[in-house]
Amino acid sequence: MTSGNATPPRSVLFEARSIAKSFGDVHANRDISLDVAMGEKLALLGENGAGKSTFVKMIDGVLRPDRGEFLWRGKPVSISSPAVARQLGIGMVFQHFSTFEALTVGENLALALPKLSKRAIGKKAAELSDKYGLTLRLSRRVEALSAGEKQRVEIVRALIQTPKLLILDEPTSVLTPQEADRLFETLDALAADGMALIYISHRLPEIRQLCDRATILRQGAVVATCDPKTTPLSQIAEMMIGKTADPIRRTGSYVGAARLKVDNLSISVPEGTSLKKISFNARRGEILAIAGVAGEGQEALFSALSGEIPARRAKSITLSDKPIGAMGPTRRRRLGIAFAPEQRLGHAAVGDFPLSENLRITRHGLRGGETSLKARAAKIREAFDVRAGAGDPKAATLSGGNLQKFVMGREIDREPEVFVVAQPTWGVDAGAASFIRNELMRMTEKGAAVVVISQDLEEIFQIADRVAVLHRGELSETFAIDALTPERIGLLMSGSDIADLEMVDNTPEPRPQPKLVASNDAASVPPASASAVLSEPVRTVETETASAPPSTPAPPKPPPPQAPTRLSTRGTTSVQWTPPESFHPVRPEQ
Amino acid sequence: MEAFLIAVIVAATPFLFAATGELVAERSGVLNLGVEGMMLLGAVAAFATALTTGSSLMGIAAGAAAGMAGAFLFVIVALGFTANQAATGLALTIFGTGASGLIGKDFVGQALAPMPKFTVPEALADNAAARILLAHDGMVFGAVALVILVWAWLNFTRTGLRLRAVGDDHGSAQALGLGVLKVRSLAVLFGGACAGLGGAYLSLVYTPLWAEDMTAGRGWIALALVVFASWRPLRLFIGALIFAAFDQARNYRETLDIDIPSQFLSMAPYLATIIALVVISLASRRSDAPACLGRDFRPDR
Repeated sequence: MTSGNATPPRSVLFEARSIAKSFGDVHANRDISLDVAMGEKLALLGENGAGKSTFVKMIDGVLRPDRGEFLWRGKPVSISSPAVARQLGIGMVFQHFSTFEALTVGENLALALPKLSKRAIGKKAAELSDKYGLTLRLSRRVEALSAGEKQRVEIVRALIQTPKLLILDEPTSVLTPQEADRLFETLDALAADGMALIYISHRLPEIRQLCDRATILRQGAVVATCDPKTTPLSQIAEMMIGKTADPIRRTGSYVGAARLKVDNLSISVPEGTSLKKISFNARRGEILAIAGVAGEGQEALFSALSGEIPARRAKSITLSDKPIGAMGPTRRRRLGIAFAPEQRLGHAAVGDFPLSENLRITRHGLRGGETSLKARAAKIREAFDVRAGAGDPKAATLSGGNLQKFVMGREIDREPEVFVVAQPTWGVDAGAASFIRNELMRMTEKGAAVVVISQDLEEIFQIADRVAVLHRGELSETFAIDALTPERIGLLMSGSDIADLEMVDNTPEPRPQPKLVASNDAASVPPASASAVLSEPVRTVETETASAPPSTPAPPKPPPPQAPTRLSTRGTTSVQWTPPESFHPVRPEQ
Repeated sequence: MEAFLIAVIVAATPFLFAATGELVAERSGVLNLGVEGMMLLGAVAAFATALTTGSSLMGIAAGAAAGMAGAFLFVIVALGFTANQAATGLALTIFGTGASGLIGKDFVGQALAPMPKFTVPEALADNAAARILLAHDGMVFGAVALVILVWAWLNFTRTGLRLRAVGDDHGSAQALGLGVLKVRSLAVLFGGACAGLGGAYLSLVYTPLWAEDMTAGRGWIALALVVFASWRPLRLFIGALIFAAFDQARNYRETLDIDIPSQFLSMAPYLATIIALVVISLASRRSDAPACLGRDFRPDR
C-alpha cells in the first residue's frame, strides 16, 4: 500500500492545539495537540477511555472543548455545532449508528445533502457504488438492514457530502474482513484525491494496513506519534498501554478448587455480541480476568453470569457444582455470588435513591436480617472511603469514583464466595482505582473467586492471576498471567493472530478458541454451530477464520492440564505457574 | 340520512384540524396533551373576535393565533426547560379550560351568524352525494386541503423529511446538524394553530355560540385520532369520519332508529383507538410511530 503523499509540501488541513475537556471529575482530554494534512491517513490510537471518542466529538461539534483551539487551513475556527462541522467539510462516521431507523436509505442520504431530488441522490449513490463498491438499496428502510449494511449507509452518507476531512470511529467493528478490505481501498482512493482521514480503531493490523501516521493517546493526552507501517506493533501496543510498572501481583498461593464453572455457554442477544460456546472456571482465591475490547460480548457475559439473561442449559453455569444457569439474579445471590455491572448509574445503582435504598437493591430476598440499612450504608461508606454528602445522599449526587467505591463496598461487604465485576475501575481516578483493586485482591485472600471483566490491560496485569480474552463472542483459552505480555494480550484482544507479532517464535499456534474442558463435547463440533440466532451474518465463524492463518486446526488437547503452558514471547523465561485444577482436594466450607 | 351524513362531515372537521396539528407535533417527537386546552383558547378567541369585528375571517385568524399562544407556553416549558411533556400538556389543557372560561364569560349566550355555506350548483342539486359533500362552509374544505397538504409536505419535501428525522432519532439528528429544538418548536406551534382552528370551527360554525368547556372532550378524541391513524395524515380522514359518526349517532339515535346506548357511542372512539393500537402492535412492520415521541432532548455539551 503506497501512500501518495510522498511529495514534500505537506499542507496541513486541520490542527488541534492543547484541547482539553472534562466531564465533572473525569478528565477525558487533558492536552491533545495533533494535525492532519490533506491526503493523509492519520490513525488515532488508544485504549478505551483514552479520550479518542471525546476528542473526535469535539471536532464534529457535538461537544465543545473546555480549552484549546482548532485550526482549519491555518485559521482558528469555532466548531459550535455539527452543522458548522459539515460546512467546513468535516464528515463523521460514528461508532454507534446515527442513521434514522424509520427512514429509507435514500431519505437518510438525502438528509445529508443540501438539495433534495430523489433522482440526484440515486445518481450520486450509484456513482459511489460504482466507484467504491458500496452498494445500497435506496428504498429499503434502515431498520430492516443488517449491521454491516447500516455501517455502509453511514459511510456513504458521509462520503456523499464529499468531505475534506473524514473521521471514522471504529468503522470496521461490524464489517466482515472482506467488507473492511473494500472500505480500505475506498479510503485509499479518497486520500489519493486529497481527502484527509482520521481513523480510530483498536485493531492494530488494520492501522498498519491503512494509515500513514499514528497518534497515540493515553489518559487524555498524546503520548507519541509514529509511522505505523514501520513501528513494530508490539511497540505501539506498549505505547498505548504504558509501562506496567511494579505490578502488585500476588503469588496465587491461595488458589483452590473451582467455584464458578462456565461450560459451553451460548447466549444470543438481539443487540450486541452473542456468546458462542464459552467455557472457563474461576477458582477459590484467584482473580480471573476476562479481557477484550468493548463490544466483544462482555455485556452478554455479564448478563449471563448475573442471571439477567438465564442460560438455556442450567448446567452451563455451576456454582460449587450446583447448576445455577436457569436461576434469576436474586436466587444466585442467595447462593453466594455478588455482581457489579459496568454501568454504575442506572444498572448498579438508582440515581434518585439514597445510598441506603441502593443497598437494598442487592440485599432484598437474602437471608439474614439486616438490622438497619442506613447504619450498614454508613459502615460501607466508612470502610470504603466513600466521599459524599452528609447523611444518606442520593446516589446520583456522588462522583463516579465514589459511587463505584460504594457499589464495590456494597457487594464486598456481603462477603460473597464469587464476585463478578465488570470494569471495576472504569472512569475512576487513580487513587480510587488502586483502592478498589486492593480490595478485590483482599477478597481472594479470604477465599473468594473474583471474575473481573475488564478492558484495562494495566489493571489486568496488576491484579489478575489468569486471563482469558473475549473476541467476537468467543473466549480464548485461559492463560496464566505470567505466560502473557501486554503486547500479546493486546494482539489477542485485537483479534489478530499471535503470528502477527514479529518477535514470536515460529511454532504454529492454535487460534484462540473456546477452551476445551474435560467434559467438553464441543471438541468435535465445529464452532460455527454456536448460537444459531445471529442478528447479522458478519460475526460468523467463517469471517473469523478468514483472518486466521490457513492451516491451524486446534489440536485436541489432553484434558487435565488445562492451564496452557506457554513460553514467554521474549525468550526470557518467566516462571511457569501451572496450577492444577483442584489444588485443594477438600472443598472449603462457607 | 342525508342530514346525518352532512352532520358527520361537519363534526369531523374540528377533529381533522386538531388531529392534523397534533400529528405534525408528534411526528417531530413531541407529545402535546394540551390539544383540548388549545382548542378552547381558539374557540373563545375566534368567537370574541368574530363578534366584535363582525368578520369570520378575523375570527378564524384569532382562533389560530390563540391556539398558537397556548402552544408557545408549551414550547417554553416542555422544550425550553425540558419539563415533562405529559405533565406540561395536561397543565396546558387545564389552563386553557380556565382561561377560556374567564375570557368568554361576557360572551356566553350571545349568538353569531353562521358562516355562509357553499351553494351546490343547479346541475348537481338533484345528486344526494353532491349535496352531502359540497353543501359546506369554507372551513370544511380548508380542513381537507390542510390534511392533504400536510401529507404531501411530510412525505415529499425536504423540511418534512427533516421533521420526520428529528422525531425518529433526535440524537442522530443533532449529530447531523439538524436543529432539533427549532424543528420541534415550529411543529408544536403549528399544532397549536391547527388546534385553535378546530376550536374556532366549533364556536364559529358548529354551534355557533360560545359556552364554557364547549369542546367537550374533542381535543382528547383528536389525540386518540392521531394514534388511530397510526401517524399517517391520510388515515385521519377515515378516523375523523368514523369518530364523527359515533359522535353524531348520539344526536340521530331516534331519527335513524339506532338501538345503542349513547354512552357506548361516547366511548366508541376510544375503544376504536385501543383496537387500532393492538392492530399496530400485532402488525409485523413497524408503524410510523415516532421513536422519540415524548422523549426529552437535551443536547450534550
